[in-house]
Amino acid sequence: MRKTLWESLTHRPVTDPPPAPDDAAVAELGEAVARAARRRLGRSLSIREVDAGSCNACELEINALNNSFHDLERFGLHFVASPRHADVLLVTGPVTNNMRAALLRTYDATPAPKWVVAVGDCAVDGGLFADSFACVGAVERVIPVDLRIRGCPPTPTQLLQGLLALLERQVW
Amino acid sequence: MAAYVAEADWSAAIRQLAAGEATLLGLWGEPDTAHMALLLPGEMRVLSIPCPDARYPSVGLHHAPAIRLERALRDLFRLQPVGLPDTRPWLHHPDGAAYAFLPVEGENLHEIPVGPVHAGIIEPGHFRFTADGETVVRLEQRLGYTHKATEALMCGADLARGARLAGRVSGDSTVAYAWAFARAAEQAAGVTPPPRATWLRALMAELERLANHLGDFGAICNDASFVIMLAYCGMLRERVARTAMQCFGHRLMMDRIVPGGVATDLDAAGAAAVRALLDEVGRRIKRLAELYDQTASLQDRTVTTGIVTPELARRFGAGGFVGRASGRDFDARRFPGYPPYDSLTFSVPVLREGDVNARVWIRIREIEQSLLLIEQLLGGLPAGPISMPLPPPRAGEGMALVESFRGDVLAWLRLDEHGRIARCHVRDPSWFQWPLLEAAIENNIVADFPLCNKSFNCSYSGHDL
Repeated sequence: MRKTLWESLTHRPVTDPPPAPDDAAVAELGEAVARAARRRLGRSLSIREVDAGSCNACELEINALNNSFHDLERFGLHFVASPRHADVLLVTGPVTNNMRAALLRTYDATPAPKWVVAVGDCAVDGGLFADSFACVGAVERVIPVDLRIRGCPPTPTQLLQGLLALLERQVW
Repeated sequence: MAAYVAEADWSAAIRQLAAGEATLLGLWGEPDTAHMALLLPGEMRVLSIPCPDARYPSVGLHHAPAIRLERALRDLFRLQPVGLPDTRPWLHHPDGAAYAFLPVEGENLHEIPVGPVHAGIIEPGHFRFTADGETVVRLEQRLGYTHKATEALMCGADLARGARLAGRVSGDSTVAYAWAFARAAEQAAGVTPPPRATWLRALMAELERLANHLGDFGAICNDASFVIMLAYCGMLRERVARTAMQCFGHRLMMDRIVPGGVATDLDAAGAAAVRALLDEVGRRIKRLAELYDQTASLQDRTVTTGIVTPELARRFGAGGFVGRASGRDFDARRFPGYPPYDSLTFSVPVLREGDVNARVWIRIREIEQSLLLIEQLLGGLPAGPISMPLPPPRAGEGMALVESFRGDVLAWLRLDEHGRIARCHVRDPSWFQWPLLEAAIENNIVADFPLCNKSFNCSYSGHDL
């Protein structure tokens, strides 16, 4: 234990330099993230992740945002355990019929102002499961979506770029 | 391959299952047929029973591990397993209908509903606890929230689309699923992938095992509030993902295994990256295992917590670390076995304690074995092409068992004369592990549930299909 702790103290951090925010995402956000929100929330956002039927690959990459390489919290972004504490819902999966009600209830439980980020191809347009009779499809068919991050699954870097765009828009 | 049997033979197989002479590998259906895969000493067998009037004798009536599979069969194909003791819908969640949880009677009991949206970044499912004070008296699971009708999407698809779908049944096991699907498809189409492809597949599968076991090891310790392990294991897991990205162009190696071979070759730089990874993980895991072993406060949480008895593991045919931590000495890489593992040296760790601690140690030992396997794979990687063109389409049937990090993944498919998928079934190891979690948590405290759950790490999506 002592050896491991000592090593943690003496070694340089492995954390990657922050990526630039994704231009397309910045453009997409448009007026969605308003000045009022910036005043109220500052540069800190609480994120609640909702799996609405993904294959769990998106969850692996979202989890990877918390590791020492990506260190999401240095940007003031952190994951919370309840939608009642959240500013942002990060939704994955081609919203299955069986998750539709739970997603709606989670959205309703999130206090305004709130933003929804659709993560992964399935959440953006249904992906490979678009034709499934057991899925609703894109998240925007169930709740309004402010930002889309594509990928199957999106890499942690792509996720970071999208989320940073959310912060960028709040600066002015 | 599937042998059509009469009711008498089907019932004889059920008796074998109930007597413990056979293990259930899978149970799936078509609109007019039910299929059952069995593991017998020295062989795998598929039995198919025609159901002209949509009925067949229930397996679950005599062999509990089949109950959830048969409930799913009712939902998906409207087949009636005659005698099935539990006929509540499983994968289908009818609109507006409240689910009838099993009644619990007794004094001082209270219920705790959890999910489907959980507190962590994990998949959705519902857990209904009945507790007496701090102690869990019973847990009942309700799953099916991520049901995407994947198998229905496969019907009529070509092999390329089928492989992509198979790779998204459970994202953390995408390599194992793609491999199982490819092997079943190759068997049906009558083609053998070139040796280099087979070895590269094993390399990807072992990298996937490494990544997941590392992630689990860290996450289990984190659920016992030992955060430093998560930090270190998370770093190592990320190293594996980055190496995979560098070698194969995808962090999870999705869509890299295709029927006929693999989509990406490994170059010299990639091989060097894997060697560097082996070196780092090998060095670190030794220290981390030592840290785990010597931290009494952590051991206090994991030892004797969430015990699965060897008898239950055997009866349910639980694969992976859940089975092997409870004395079930089974690994699909060894039996039925498949190339290239028949020419590699590795051992299969088995413990009998069946607690969280045992499931952690199985993972640590398997990480060590995967490191040894990857070394052998790099050393002996045959030269040559990485894929074979598929022969002209033909009708056929194939089945494969592939060892994912979680346990054995079963893939079965039938191709029509145009080479399209007539029916495909993939069975996740979680089908036979989820029910054991209900047993493991009994008489443990509520606060230990996350720990037990993480030590199982069952797949929701793989199970819900």
